[in-house]
Amino acid sequence: MRAARVWWRRLCGLVAGERIAREISAELEAHLELHIADQVRAGTSPEEARRQAILQLGGISAVKEAYRDRSSVPALEHLRQDVRFAVRQLWRNSGFAATAMLVLALGIGAATAIFAFVDAALLKPLPYKDPSRLMSVDESTSMFPRSNVSYFDYLDWKRENKVFTSLDVYRGAGYLLKDGARVQMVDAARVSAGFFQTLSVAPQIGRLFRAGEDAPNAPHLVMLSYAAWQRRFGGDVNVVGRGLVLSGDLYTVIGVLPARFEFGPVGGAELWTAIDPAHGCEARRSCHDEHGVGRLRPGVSAEAALREMKMIAGRLEKEYPDSNRGQSATVTPLADVITGPVRPLLVLLMSGALLLLALAVVNVNSLLLVRSESRRLEMAVRTSLGASRGRMVMQFLTEASVLLGAGGLMGLACAAAGIRFLLYLAPADMVVRAPYLRDAGFNAQVLAFGLTVAAAAAVCFGVTPLALLPKGDPHAYLSAGGRWSAGLSWRRFGSKLVVVELATTVVLLVSAGLLAKSLYVLLHVNVGFEPDHLAAATVAAPDNLYGAGAQQTALARRIVAGLRTLPGVTGAALANDLPVSCNCDTDWIRIVGAPFDGRHEDVLERDATPDYFRTMGVKLLRGRFFDESEDASKAKVVVVNQAFVRKYFPHVDPIGQQIGDLKLDPTSLRQVIGVVENIREGTLEDDFWPAEYLPFSQDPGSYFNVVVRTKQDEHGILAQIRGVIQGQDPGVGVSDEISLDDRIRNSPAAYVHRSSTWLVGGFAAVALLLSVIGLYGVVAFSVSRRTREIGVRMALGAEPGAVYWLVLREAGWLTALGIAGGVAGSLGLSEALRRLLFGVEPWDATTLTGVSVLLAAAAILAAWVPARRAARLDPVNALRVD
Amino acid sequence: MGKKTDVWQGTLALMILKTLESMGPQHGYGIARRIEQRSGDRLSLNYGTVYPSLLKLEQEGAIESDWGLSENNRKAKFYRLTRAGRKQIEQEQRSWERTTAIVQRFLKPSEEGA
Repeated sequence: MRAARVWWRRLCGLVAGERIAREISAELEAHLELHIADQVRAGTSPEEARRQAILQLGGISAVKEAYRDRSSVPALEHLRQDVRFAVRQLWRNSGFAATAMLVLALGIGAATAIFAFVDAALLKPLPYKDPSRLMSVDESTSMFPRSNVSYFDYLDWKRENKVFTSLDVYRGAGYLLKDGARVQMVDAARVSAGFFQTLSVAPQIGRLFRAGEDAPNAPHLVMLSYAAWQRRFGGDVNVVGRGLVLSGDLYTVIGVLPARFEFGPVGGAELWTAIDPAHGCEARRSCHDEHGVGRLRPGVSAEAALREMKMIAGRLEKEYPDSNRGQSATVTPLADVITGPVRPLLVLLMSGALLLLALAVVNVNSLLLVRSESRRLEMAVRTSLGASRGRMVMQFLTEASVLLGAGGLMGLACAAAGIRFLLYLAPADMVVRAPYLRDAGFNAQVLAFGLTVAAAAAVCFGVTPLALLPKGDPHAYLSAGGRWSAGLSWRRFGSKLVVVELATTVVLLVSAGLLAKSLYVLLHVNVGFEPDHLAAATVAAPDNLYGAGAQQTALARRIVAGLRTLPGVTGAALANDLPVSCNCDTDWIRIVGAPFDGRHEDVLERDATPDYFRTMGVKLLRGRFFDESEDASKAKVVVVNQAFVRKYFPHVDPIGQQIGDLKLDPTSLRQVIGVVENIREGTLEDDFWPAEYLPFSQDPGSYFNVVVRTKQDEHGILAQIRGVIQGQDPGVGVSDEISLDDRIRNSPAAYVHRSSTWLVGGFAAVALLLSVIGLYGVVAFSVSRRTREIGVRMALGAEPGAVYWLVLREAGWLTALGIAGGVAGSLGLSEALRRLLFGVEPWDATTLTGVSVLLAAAAILAAWVPARRAARLDPVNALRVD
Repeated sequence: MGKKTDVWQGTLALMILKTLESMGPQHGYGIARRIEQRSGDRLSLNYGTVYPSLLKLEQEGAIESDWGLSENNRKAKFYRLTRAGRKQIEQEQRSWERTTAIVQRFLKPSEEGA
């Protein structure tokens, strides 16, 4: 209690320093007067009395000093002086201060902004209760390590497993929702009844699905996402119990999900309905449409769960050999499935940002060192006047801290703005799939990261000058005039720093170069068709009106005919999937006459109208395309791609061969009538898979994509597509009208490559600038320190060329070392980068050479300026330099 | 002048408090003189050390100060004991007596020893 009171009074003394000083002066003055008066009364002369009084007091200034130390906190007092001194010093060198702060702000800002995304995606747990116990439970085949689960298999898994407290499934879906006169396609998801309980989500209002509500022919019920509730129903609390017509069926709203709820795999879903096991894919064991999510029982590990699920899958394989051959199971943490896709990108960006930060710190550190070097004389004078070493180190630290404080604050502000900017740049459909990125913001963790980074930088700043402060006898330094030896230590240490800077820059430049080259290769990958002048749109017809194949075929014919009438249209067709989507939607096939061991052979299955290949600009290699007359009434035909031929007909003429389903059911047999060039059905990064193209009229559906080839710019026609299709039937939904070129350019693979190229490229550009400035600093400083030496050389007859050589040689050595180190570093890091590259090896010689040449050129430019200054020295003046 | 003793660490505060207790409010010079006189001029007191000590006591709340007029009409800062200060005297006096008693035991020849 008493101690606290004392400290409080001393802290107050920190503020009232001047008043206290005045008081003690007055008090000591009074003391002396009283003492002198006493002595004079006793007969001493006034002068002698004063002398003795001061003597007995122990010296006025000594008392004052002891009193001052006691009246406040000396350490804080010094700190205040140091800060004031530092600010004054920096103010005087505002150019230096501004540069240093800007560099630090950039480094700290970039690292902190990227960290916000790392935090949101990789560090923050998923927003469910006990998320580490949630597992993604799926099937697994040799071609698809994580593939959809068949609903029947799921039911068996759910019944037989002992490792999950609950196991549920979900799948993406879409509904046609009547919105006034028109219908709209709305993203949705279908889930088993316990899905939300497994995730442990409570409804905002209303209730969740109950057990049994996913049974065959259960009443149609729907839950709304919070966003759909707000946008479509104005947040009406009486929405529960209302009816909603979805694709022609009446559904009852039972509840609304909370605003915080997100589920990346079906991120855009506005409506959530229960699985309907009576119809479609869910009614067949061989149809795989679901993904599972399970909550581990307490004490059960993910490995144990995987073992058990594999065992159950093995049993099912024996029990249902036709449908389950080769179907194993996989159990992975749900977090890996949800955030896995962005992990390599974020790790790359975080590493890049940290490298840039390191570079910024090194750069400012060397700027500080140059300053400290030129202040050696001042230091030596102050040391010899009695300043302690510790006190001077403290002063350095204070100066660095002031810089860092200001730079750090600016950096944090940059980070806050940068986070918003990056979020704004991310395409909407990527954020929908990765909803956790929306949570990236300037929160406590991000602030803590920024402060930690700043503190680490402060430590670096603090340690280096320690090594360089004059040790031992300051007089030796002073008497040498602070000339010749000065700068030696800096030149050694500073040049090491510059080599590190240059090497870091090389690593960043090489990464950026490789990524840019990948992006180029990716965007120029052969897609197998001519993507220019193509427009596309997604179409969904309501199943209650277009449930039968004949109705679907008729609708397709009417739509294609309608699209052909648009001005400038040279071709129109439709297909179940657009190219550059995914290597998915596969079919199990068996070749007639080929040996068969029961193994499942997956090939891509695409259903297309006759004009599809001509419209897309796909090359026919053999045989013929479909024709209009080949519908359900005619013999079944199929066109295959080159990859198909290579795998299944390597040595025979494919035309005329027959393929069928696994049992070679006579109704499934199709004759191969043509071979087309490989079309990139998967993403730009995926390989070509064997694919079969069936006539749409022989395998129709109610959900498909139209493609239209135009003579003029395809963007002009996008707005008319919907009108033409809904002119056939206003009850048909149309969405995602897009130019195919744009679709490819903005596909997720291209986006990931583009964003990483631009961001890492930005880091590399800044790094290049910083390291070139660093190199310039070292060379310029070295020239200014060697002015006298250069003067002597020139006086002795050295030509300007020789002086150029003297300076450039130094810069050349540093650059060569930096480039060598950087190339070695890039090769060392190449494996980490490999996952993000496409069509480029991490040791790509062109990139490495290009980067080396670029850096060497920049370095020569940076060294040229001080070299020229040196070569133009007047030897007479140079020798006079102090 | 004979040989003088230095002021022991930590005893100055107690001396100041006791002086204020017996003399009432007093200024720094008066306190220093009084301590010297009470010791029979056997204590070598550096007058200057009184002031940081006074400051410390004031920070602890044992004394308070005010500017006033000295006996010969000079402006001086007068210190006086507070209630807390009186209590502190009791405590420190007791603790000092205990300390000296212990030291005494060491100085006296041991009774149970050989």
